[in-house]
Amino acid sequence: MSNGLKLGCAALALLLCSLLSLAVGATWIPLSQVAAAFVHPDASSISHVLVTSTRLSRTLMAIAVGASLAVAGALMQALTRNPLASPGLFGINAGASFFIILFSSVFSLSSADAWLWCAFIGAAVAGCLVWLIGNMGQGSLNPLRIVLAGAAIAALFSAFSQALLVVNQDGLDTVLFWLAGSLSERSLSVAAPLLVCSLFALLGTLLLAGQLNVLNAGEEIATGLGQRTGLIRIAMSVLIVCLAGSAVALAGSIGFVGLLVPHMVRKGLSIDHRWLLPGCALTGAVLLLLADTLARVVMLPQEVPVGVMTALFGAPFFIILARRGGRHG
Amino acid sequence: MDKLMTVRCGGFSRRINLSTLLRLVLALALTLLVILCSLSLGKVNLSPLAVLRILFSSADPSLTFIVEQLRFPRIFLAALVGAALSVSGLILQSIIRNPLASPDLLGITSGASAAAVLYLSFFSVALGQQFLPVAAMLGAGLATLAIYLLAWKQGASPLRLVLIGVGVSAMLTACTTFILVFSPLTTTLSAYVWLTGSVYGASWPEPLALGGWLLGICPLLVLLARQVMVQQLDDSLAQGIGVRVQWLRAGLLLVSVALAGAAIAWGGAIAFVGLIAPHIAKRLIGPGFGGQAAMAALIGATLVMLADLAGRTLFLPLDLPAGIFVAVLGTPFFLYLLIKQRH
Repeated sequence: MSNGLKLGCAALALLLCSLLSLAVGATWIPLSQVAAAFVHPDASSISHVLVTSTRLSRTLMAIAVGASLAVAGALMQALTRNPLASPGLFGINAGASFFIILFSSVFSLSSADAWLWCAFIGAAVAGCLVWLIGNMGQGSLNPLRIVLAGAAIAALFSAFSQALLVVNQDGLDTVLFWLAGSLSERSLSVAAPLLVCSLFALLGTLLLAGQLNVLNAGEEIATGLGQRTGLIRIAMSVLIVCLAGSAVALAGSIGFVGLLVPHMVRKGLSIDHRWLLPGCALTGAVLLLLADTLARVVMLPQEVPVGVMTALFGAPFFIILARRGGRHG
Repeated sequence: MDKLMTVRCGGFSRRINLSTLLRLVLALALTLLVILCSLSLGKVNLSPLAVLRILFSSADPSLTFIVEQLRFPRIFLAALVGAALSVSGLILQSIIRNPLASPDLLGITSGASAAAVLYLSFFSVALGQQFLPVAAMLGAGLATLAIYLLAWKQGASPLRLVLIGVGVSAMLTACTTFILVFSPLTTTLSAYVWLTGSVYGASWPEPLALGGWLLGICPLLVLLARQVMVQQLDDSLAQGIGVRVQWLRAGLLLVSVALAGAAIAWGGAIAFVGLIAPHIAKRLIGPGFGGQAAMAALIGATLVMLADLAGRTLFLPLDLPAGIFVAVLGTPFFLYLLIKQRH
């Protein structure tokens, strides 16, 4: 199968999964009704309102979050040249969680809308901190140093969060559920700026794809070919913070997607970033949509955190892919 | 040029780097100082001299009880847990050839956590708490065995080992979260404290059991120590100089699981020590596994002891889990070393 065909299949899968995500839930809405809801919206029909409000916002957010996390992971792995790097390594998840816990326990903010912005600010603060420390004292960004600084900052923020959680046990349950990753209870109007932000960041990464291939060839070669590596690295870092920050703000910390989807796509599609990045975006979106749809129906009437579902269903698939390939693969 | 000293004793001969030795002695002195401080601070503050008097001669029985039965086992357990986790992290970083490798990332911690949370939620009412370490250790061992078997394909390559490790770890963490979210709040809370890592309420049998286990592993560690550096080379190069790469890798993995699994079983899932202590040790001591391992053990022990000291004294009357303070205390020092060192 050619790469183009594979991407086409992934896009088709994304379309099918989105339809499924609109139709499936606590009440099953037939596909004809789903289509009618968009073509001839009827404000008096409950299923039409359900489809165009909650289900639509969830579906859009799942697509945006899945795509952003997977692409941010691929960028992170290219930036640090470390196969174990994930967007969480920029301290983003830990920073977002810490800010939410801090604001909800100290200033007793409890609306999901306020959490959204806390999370994004926390993610940005942690990302900037890691970037500054990774760069401190020298001109170019040292991959080893940024990885270690990231791990340290992430640990520091999660230690602060744990301390707050242990001291302040009220509201432990809601925060835990939020931290485990969930797409429920986010209204589309509040989430819209972040959705737009991640959309633009995704387009930006696609423009950078060719440059990433050059950078991956090594620092000296890239400089020799006339690339301004420092500038490319800054652009990558900003994009990672935008993508992963908006993802964590929209859906809480969903592990797995950012770390493992890039590896899956590398095995299944190509290591060329011009294919890899769109492949990651589509695969991440499909995986998260499927996981979210399953999370809604597996344990009715309770909802399972979507982060749990992505790992439970994605990991076996990932392990099979990791075993494929050569002896040293 | 570093000064070298040669020790010869019959057929045994070893060259010792004097600056390494000096740094190790300093670290040991620091560790002993921290032990003494931890023994004297707490709800009842004693002077270090009073502590020494209590330890080496008879004194007021109530104070003796506080120092010898309440504080000492807890400090001893913290030190052992820290040392075991750091050495395990050092070994993992060299066999995986990745600076991010640590027991936390490779499914050892998540296996132990999943087993422990499962035990706390479903079996602790019927069986009591005493089998929790066994469950945690079983979880760590099984998780690593599964990772190794899944990664095996005419040998286990480091990259496959770590990727599958991360995959399995993601699944186990998901299971843990699943159980946590759907179990009653009391279980959630005790599980959460366990997952943060705490040596709260340790009594003598616990550190003695862990100490005995670690002492049993030591000979294996000494036997394999000379070969660890070879693991950092390319597989074919290592084979070329006559090392049985796969056996050595399996052996080292076994040792690191035995170390980390036992530490987590008795101390809870204290994160970050296994990652940070080896890096600090590597920045303080030049290449050579023996010196780095000793340094990592001392740093890990000091770090967890200090974290526990902070946890039980800073927010009196609260007794916070040591795991929280490991990152708070370790990170600034680590970042300082990171910034200071310019390649």
